[in-house]
Amino acid sequence: MMRDQKLWTWHVVAGLVVLVFLGLHMTIMHLDEVIPAASLNPQGGHPIDWANVAARGKTLFFPITYVVLLGAALFHGLYGFRNILFELNPPGALKRVLGWLLALAGLGLFAIGTWAAIAAHRVALLA
Amino acid sequence: MLKTRGFPNRLGIQGWAFGGRWGPERYLYTLHRITGLGLLLYFLLHILLTSSRALGMEAWEQAMGAVTAPIFTFGEYLVFVAFAFHALNGIRLVLVELGVGVGKPIEPVYPYRTSLNVQRPLAICAGIVALVLIVLGTLDFFILD
Repeated sequence: MMRDQKLWTWHVVAGLVVLVFLGLHMTIMHLDEVIPAASLNPQGGHPIDWANVAARGKTLFFPITYVVLLGAALFHGLYGFRNILFELNPPGALKRVLGWLLALAGLGLFAIGTWAAIAAHRVALLA
Repeated sequence: MLKTRGFPNRLGIQGWAFGGRWGPERYLYTLHRITGLGLLLYFLLHILLTSSRALGMEAWEQAMGAVTAPIFTFGEYLVFVAFAFHALNGIRLVLVELGVGVGKPIEPVYPYRTSLNVQRPLAICAGIVALVLIVLGTLDFFILD
């Protein structure tokens, strides 16, 4: 299988992972009145109130799924963006530079987001 | 024969936006790209903003307080709408890629029949579910909240 075929397969798989976890995230954040679930916003009030953020952060489920969603969404989004850019037929050298830049940006954001998920878990446990 | 001048994407950016007579699915493709780029831009900023929760309650409340203006709420609503469309259209694309709902291969005998018409019910179903999600989101954003 060629490299881009493999990456495309991962793009589709990552899309399905994003579908599940972003679906959950959107349900918690933006369908909280239509689908109220006490386990998702245990302190009541708005989903982004610190009490709810901390309560979700205390669990293992949310920090782990945040990191999974982060990785899958970054790969899905940045690989999709790379495909769009490559359709403009940049020269081979520019393609390589773009590929590396997007990969580095993705890794950097993954590092920041993962740190945030772990650190927020610790902050929530101490609170 | 069209001259490609060595560029397979002959029309460039124009080729993304205008689908000519390729039918509704071609415009779903354009919308998929637009919503995908919008979601990506939002997501990159979202990672940086929500990382403030790692620094505790004050940092979190300060960060969230900076984005309470109605324009941000409307922006978030657009993100939700983009998500609903991109997710449902994405499911349709995966199903089509797996050969679901595209009909059986037929001999290319005149008068030719496009498989796009066979796929149309799938696109309509995806559109209906996306619309239901958007209606629920609209209720949550502007009426129940």
